Amino acid sequence: MDWQALSLSLQLAAATVLLLLPLGICLARLLAWSRFRGQGALEAAILLPLVLPPTVLGYYLLLGFGNASSLGQIYHALTGRALVFTFDGLLAASLIFNLPFAVQPMQRAFAAIPREVREAAWVSGLSRWQTFLRVELPLAWPGIAAALALTFAHTLGEFGVVLMVGGSLPGETRTIAIAIYDQAQAFNDSAAAAMSALLLALSFIAVALVSRLGRSLGRR
Amino acid sequence: MSLLARLEQSAPIPLAADIACERGELLALVGPSGSGKSTILRCLAGLHRPAGGYVRCGDATWFDAARGIDVTPQGRRVGFVFQHYALFPHLTALANVTLALQHLAPGERSAKAREWLARANLEGLEARRPAELSGGQQQRVAIARALARDPQVLLLDEPFSAVDQVTRRKLLRQLIHLRRSLPIPIVLVTHDLEEASLLADRMTVLHHGRTLQTAAPDEMLARPASALVARLTDQPNLFAGKVLEQSPETATTVIDWLGQPLLAPYHAGFAVGDTVSWMVPEAAVVLVREHQSDRENTVAACVSERLAWRGHATVSARVAGRRDATLSFAIGASVAQRRGIIPGASILLQLQKSAVRLLPAEEASRAPASGRGDVSP
Repeated sequence: MDWQALSLSLQLAAATVLLLLPLGICLARLLAWSRFRGQGALEAAILLPLVLPPTVLGYYLLLGFGNASSLGQIYHALTGRALVFTFDGLLAASLIFNLPFAVQPMQRAFAAIPREVREAAWVSGLSRWQTFLRVELPLAWPGIAAALALTFAHTLGEFGVVLMVGGSLPGETRTIAIAIYDQAQAFNDSAAAAMSALLLALSFIAVALVSRLGRSLGRR
Repeated sequence: MSLLARLEQSAPIPLAADIACERGELLALVGPSGSGKSTILRCLAGLHRPAGGYVRCGDATWFDAARGIDVTPQGRRVGFVFQHYALFPHLTALANVTLALQHLAPGERSAKAREWLARANLEGLEARRPAELSGGQQQRVAIARALARDPQVLLLDEPFSAVDQVTRRKLLRQLIHLRRSLPIPIVLVTHDLEEASLLADRMTVLHHGRTLQTAAPDEMLARPASALVARLTDQPNLFAGKVLEQSPETATTVIDWLGQPLLAPYHAGFAVGDTVSWMVPEAAVVLVREHQSDRENTVAACVSERLAWRGHATVSARVAGRRDATLSFAIGASVAQRRGIIPGASILLQLQKSAVRLLPAEEASRAPASGRGDVSP
């Protein structure tokens, strides 16, 4: 068992979940309740990581994050660090390839809140922020929690994008999925089996949680 | 504190509406679906911004397009009862009402919310969520929540449409009782004329977003401003005729209806030969006996339908010799029984001259000489 890789994967998943929570909620509310020009294109762009081969997405991220790219240069100027083959770059990539997993369940949850219920909160004197905290969040939380569980599990298991953007630097970019691949390549079957079983269990728990939360959303 | 509004827009629903509701008054907005009733209510609450006009409540201006004023829904102190109540599904009845008490100190809210629930006869149900309440109970929670806001205006959007008939009667009684203690303007949106007549001090008839007439319900039924208003308020006895004679001396205008003269109160607005619409309220169509056939405005008819409900009968009768002209009137069910008013019976009906109302003619396609046409929503 590569504990370093497991720890790195858990850190990556936790950071992704923490950052996608506010970002996902903002995007989901926007897409659920607003109508604006370019909405279809934005929705398509968010869904793209679902259908794109991970190596293709990874390739474009590698180009976009590379030291020759303007994004890579700006990031380097600001932090002194590179975006490729670093944890930072892995996190940025993770945010992008997890967008559909985070936004879609949240969007469905917010869209299920009747417009009149939010309006009732406003005419009852609740500010937009109070309405968000007291009415929208409690009603949408099963969808939000499902999104976070999916994102967490998906981050642990992502392979192609991680390999393209991060490579396999121990302690920096070698996640548990990459470690499994390395161990299997080295015919270290018992280590690969142990880590695979762990990933399987974590993924199963996440999916079971999502389906349970989905049912509780449906009951409302 | 009175509510005064002028609302104008061309899309998504055209509006050209004037709304006036005094303190303590209940104004009903009636009209077919799609006539803009709910949109008007949303404009008053600040949930929809019209292109032009104003909304004033007492001295406060809530909306004024020309001056760029648009107070938020939170800033308007409006009690709003939504059509399907829009209760917060994750909160108990008590918490639903408590949430509308933001203007009180946190420590006072719970007791006040209990008080409002008690006033709405909901004691013992404080801990239930909306899904555990009946339709009528949900409606009462919605009203309690609207009033808990301590509103300056109460807006009710079809509050009885989602409950069964029996519950509806009970809730109607409660609202009639409740509104006596509310010294604020109340605006009720409904498509139900009976509901409007029962509850409202005045009603405003809407069509395609335009306010056509505002009057007390009885006044509206007796003296609609136009054939369209008569049609929208479901007046069955609406016909077309031609002016035969103008006689200011006898205070009479005589019109030709289906080849027979019909006497109406003098109306200077029409000339001999003009085509007019005319209507007579159901209450002014009187059953007369054989020997009274020489009375003015008496027509022979044949009963085509009798609908009895709770001691009252609504009778439709075809004018003799005219299959396409039907008069409608209401009598007690027992009278109808005694007088043999059954389909096929021949009767004499007098249209009381004083109640006959002449109206500008509708377009030809809309006003059959024979009776009511359909209202297109």
